[in-house]
Order: sequence, then C-alpha cells, then structure tokens
Amino acid sequence: MSLREGEGEAEAPDHPAPPERGSDVSGGFGLGTLLRLVGGQQGSTARRRGQDGKPVLPRFAEAAREALADAGARHDLAESVGTARDRLAAATGEPSDWEELRTAGAAIRDRALLDLGTHLEAFERAVTDAGGTVHWARNASAARRIVASLAEDGGGEVAVADGPVLREVRLAGALAERGITVRDAAGPEGRDRVRAARVAVTGADFLVADSGTVVLLEADGAARACLTLPETLVCVAGMDRAVPSWADMEVLLQLLPRTAGGDRLSPQVSAWTGVVPGDGPSEVHVVLVDNGRTRILGDEVGREALRCIGCGACSAVCPVYERVGDRPYDPGGTGPSGPIGAVWTPLARGVDRARTASLPFASTLCGACAEVCPVKIDIPGLLVHLRGEVVDARRNRSVPTPELAVMRGLAWTMADARRFEAAVGRGSRWARLVARGGRIRRLPGLLGRWTEARDLAAPPAESFRSWWRRHEAARRRKG
Amino acid sequence: MRVALFVACVDDAMFPGTGRAVTSLLERLGHEVVFPAGQTCCGQLHWTTGYRREAAGLARRFTGVFAGAGTVVTPSASCAAAVRSSYRSMARAARDPELERDAAGLEVYELTEFLVDVLGVTDVGAAFPHRVAYQPTCHASRALGVGDRPTRLLRAVKGLELVELPAAGECCGFGGAFAVKNADVSVAMVADKVRHVRDTGADVLCALDNACLAHIGGALSRLRAGVRVAHLAEILASTGEDA
Repeated sequence: MSLREGEGEAEAPDHPAPPERGSDVSGGFGLGTLLRLVGGQQGSTARRRGQDGKPVLPRFAEAAREALADAGARHDLAESVGTARDRLAAATGEPSDWEELRTAGAAIRDRALLDLGTHLEAFERAVTDAGGTVHWARNASAARRIVASLAEDGGGEVAVADGPVLREVRLAGALAERGITVRDAAGPEGRDRVRAARVAVTGADFLVADSGTVVLLEADGAARACLTLPETLVCVAGMDRAVPSWADMEVLLQLLPRTAGGDRLSPQVSAWTGVVPGDGPSEVHVVLVDNGRTRILGDEVGREALRCIGCGACSAVCPVYERVGDRPYDPGGTGPSGPIGAVWTPLARGVDRARTASLPFASTLCGACAEVCPVKIDIPGLLVHLRGEVVDARRNRSVPTPELAVMRGLAWTMADARRFEAAVGRGSRWARLVARGGRIRRLPGLLGRWTEARDLAAPPAESFRSWWRRHEAARRRKG
Repeated sequence: MRVALFVACVDDAMFPGTGRAVTSLLERLGHEVVFPAGQTCCGQLHWTTGYRREAAGLARRFTGVFAGAGTVVTPSASCAAAVRSSYRSMARAARDPELERDAAGLEVYELTEFLVDVLGVTDVGAAFPHRVAYQPTCHASRALGVGDRPTRLLRAVKGLELVELPAAGECCGFGGAFAVKNADVSVAMVADKVRHVRDTGADVLCALDNACLAHIGGALSRLRAGVRVAHLAEILASTGEDA
C-alpha cells in the first residue's frame, strides 16, 4: 500500500554515534581529533527499519547512490534535462525585458503572499457568487476525502487531468482504493473517457481572487476537456497560488510558459469562473489545499518559497538533479523534487526526520537555480537557512552529534590566531606522515568519502603566515 | 596604495603559495601589502553547513580584525562573497544589527576585481608559457559576478594560451561539506568536470577558489591526468622565470 501522508513515514531519529573517549578538543583542534570524531559517523546504506518495523525512507545521499548506479536511467535523465536546459536558455534569453519580468514576478507573488488570507477569502466569495463551491483542505487526506465524496455523489467514476497538486495529495491512488473508477484524461482517448465520466478533476496554476477565476496552463488539453464535458468539475489547487487580480496574470502568463516548457506561449491556457448556465459543468468545486503551506508561510525567511509557480526551471539547471532525478528528493513520489523540493519539503514538514533533514544538504549551493527562477526565489539562501534549522534542532540533544563537536571545536580554534596556527602545524605534520609523493590517497572515517575518488594534496611545510613573518622581517631589513 | 591581505584559512594552511603570489604581484605593481595577523577564518564553512551561531561569532571576529583596514584584498572568491553578501544574512539570523553595520563598513575585494576595477590594470606584466583553462567557480561567477575580469587578465599574460573549457559554468561538485555528505553525487559531478578539463588539452587549470581547485585537482591527480591546478594569482605572479 502507499504510505499515507505524514503518519505513515516511520523514520528513525538520527542516532548520534556514541561519544568517543578521549576526544578532548580543549587543547586545540588537530586533524587527528577531527578524524576520531567523525570516524564513526559513516551511515550504512542498508535499508533501515523504524521502531514499528516499517521501512524507513532513504535519506537523500542513500537514495542518490541508488539512482547514480542505474546507468541507463542516468543517461536518459541527462539527455532530457539537457534538452530542457537548452529550451529554457533559448526561451528566457529571447525577451529583452526578461529581468524586469522576473523582478515584477517576484514582487507580484510577494504582494499576494503578504495578504494571502484576504485574497483566499475574496476568492471564495467570488466563486460562491459565480455559483461554485470552495472547500478548504487542511492536509492531503482532507483533500482526498473531499474529492472522493464528490466523486461518489457523481456516480463513482472520475476523469482526472493529472497535475502536481493531484500527485502531491496522492489523489488518483486514494480514489481507486475507495472503489472509484479513475480515468486518465490525457491523450487522444482521454476525450472519450472524460465524456463517459460525470465528474472530472483538474489541478490549477493560479487563482484570481477578485473574479474567482481558476487559471491552468497545459500542453495537451486534458484539463480543457474536463472544463466542458462533465457535469461536475473539481479543481484542486494549492492555496499559495492566489493572486489579487487579473492584472497580475499579465506577468505570470509570460513567465510560466518560458520557464516551464521553454515555450513562448503555453499551447492551452484555460481560465474559468464558477458555473455558466447551459455551458459546461453545472457544478464547480474548488478545493484549496494547505498541506504544509501555512507552516511555510509562518517561517519568515522560508516563506519566499511560496512564490514558486511550479515551472521546474530550477531542476532543469541543477547539476545534482541532472544526475539523480526526482526520486531521492521524495522516494514516495508525491512531493516536489529538484532544488525547490529540497526547500519546500523540509519547510512544509519540518526537519525533525532524517529524510527531510537531509534535503537542505542535497546541494552544492552553486546558485544555478536562483539565476533562472522566474520569481527570483533565493533557493541557496533558503537551503542555508534550513541547514541552520536542522543544526539548531540537534543542538539540544543530550549527546552532541559528532559533527557539532567538530564544528564547535573548529570555531573555538579559529577564535584565536595563535591557537589556529598551532592546530595547522599539528594537522600538517600529521597529514604529511600519511602522504606519499606529495598526495594523500586514503583517509579514515567520513573524510574517507573524499579519498574514495579524489586525492588530497599534502599540506606544505610552511603555512602562509609563517612565510609572511620571514617576508616582513626581510622587508624591514631592506627598507 | 596600501592593501590589507585576507588569506582564507584553507589557503593559509594548505595553499600558502597563493597568498605569497598575491603579495609578490601587488608588491611588483608598487603597492604596500599588510597582513593583519589576527585573521583566521571568515566563517563561511560554518555558515553554509548550518552552524550559524558559530559563523556569526567568526564574522564578528573578522569584522573586528579588519575594521579600519581600508582596502582588503583576498584571492578567495567564495570568502569575498561570504563577507560581502552572507554577513548580512548572518547578522539578520543572529539579530545583530551591529554586525550588519560593521560588515557593511568593510571594503573587501576579490583579487581580479581589485586589479581590474580599482587599479585599472589587465596587463600585470606576467609571463606564463602554458596552455591554461579557466574554471569560473560558482561563487566567483554567480555570487560575486566577476564576469570576464579573470579572462581579461589571463589574455594579457605573455606566452599564455587560454583554452575554452566546455560546460565551464557547471559546478564541479565540491560545495564544502557536500563533497563528503553527498560524496557519490559530488564524485559524479567532478568526473564530468575532469572529462571536460582533459578535453581542452590544457596543462594548467586555474580558478579563483583553491577549495574547488583542490576538488578538481584531487580527481585529476587520482586519474594521473597530467593536468595541474593553480590559483589564478599564481599565474599572474609568475614572470616566466620559475615556470
């Protein structure tokens, strides 16, 4: 069975390694101490089980290792990401005012998020006035329940035009489990399937608050078919996608097609408002999904992530995503992947589980994502913010993590220049002992992950500051 | 002019040749170099790994050591970026307006910015008869935006043949703690980088960050690729006599 959201994820807490005897950092911090401390920290890649015996979802690095081992999938992924990257570069390089559009997009999304509650209430009023119904779903299971109940009322058969929000709430699988017949609205046969079903379900890209309009961009027309043929239309939308007015769409409709598919325009842009008598569905429902979004909004740094318009450009340019694909970001296959997924999931779910806590570290902070984001989300900045949240959550453990001990020791050493110089001297002498021919080919413990594939240059006999003192003395004698 | 040299902690301990090169280059150009002895680490590693409390402590220390130092020059692009842009975030995370103000008062330049923008020179009188490829590291190109300053300086070096590195803008996979926390992905990335470097036929790969060079160089060394790495400062300091 598929895991239910939240409660099914039996993730073991990160067990810190037992404290090492004699790892005294008080006398300055040498490489030897560092190695002793990190020596026991290498995680097993074997599948762990939680206390209730359920398999624990793998942490990013472990899932990434599995993804990297699949040479065929890697090749295909590199090719598709490469194509997406080229299309993105061409499409975003074309408009002369692209940077201004991005700046405007960021401002529009920030303004919308500033009074999100107000806009959502306005949206609800406008939809209701237009003969539709708005439902509020606190989490994924509430969203599934609402849609299932509407589907059952409509005869137990639904056509679904798949989209990110629907995958996020695991809609199709959950409906099928309840005995509801789910038909895919995509493809040439999709029209007939939609015609046969009395209820259709779509996602949504934007919600225009003042008119109660739902906006959706697509390539294949599956959602467009859902707007006209069935009796009941159910739109499932992330509540973060509300914007105050139709004027805001001017910029967003330029940004999304170019970044989502590398297109100048989306092949199909649909916008619909409530019920129109005699034309299309006689019942229109909009399900507004929270599912962690309020939690993200409550994080004064992290809320910037809610600007996201779901284009996926950050994944297209990400050197990590390019090599590991979607799965390591969410082995359950529901959450967002790529750089935005690495910030969204821990923001929405918290960082107290090993898997969500590993996501902010799944990046080199190279900044390629921030460079292309159509709404200028500072993804590297958010990753660093979340790394801080992960570390802070671990500070209160009765036994400090080995990494915390190392980093504190380093900071203590760096707090005094003489202490630093002494530690460099000790570390260098030690490192030169293990070096052969000027390079170190093998290190123990966690640092062994470095020397698995990379040498380390042996440290020099003289540090810079030691040279500087001689240099300065020589200069004084001359001068 | 008088220049305060900031040498990254990693460069001080592991790559002292870079600081020596900056010193000799700036002295050759007629400037006075000083090295504030209290300096240690800018706090970048702690900040990017999530240890913001420790990072803020190191940032306060750094701003204290370099307060009133005037023009500060560093050969490390990522440390320059840390001081110029991350200190603001560090100060805000620590709710320390004093740190934000002190950081804003510093005048920190990455070496190529200082040469091209402040001194207005691109030909520094260097000679380096080798085929050289330049890796625009992520912090240099994205966080600092050094643009074509490094390549303008390289093109003016006597005897140097600058070769183009394919997919140069892609990260080498170092990323600080990423190189060990996500070692498999990191290695997959550096493997591609090394392939591109070898394709250029360069003798030397240069950049503005020794940590990235240690990563790429470590993989080149493991493969015995016959390509060495050097910080760009070391090329600019070279007069051909020792090369």
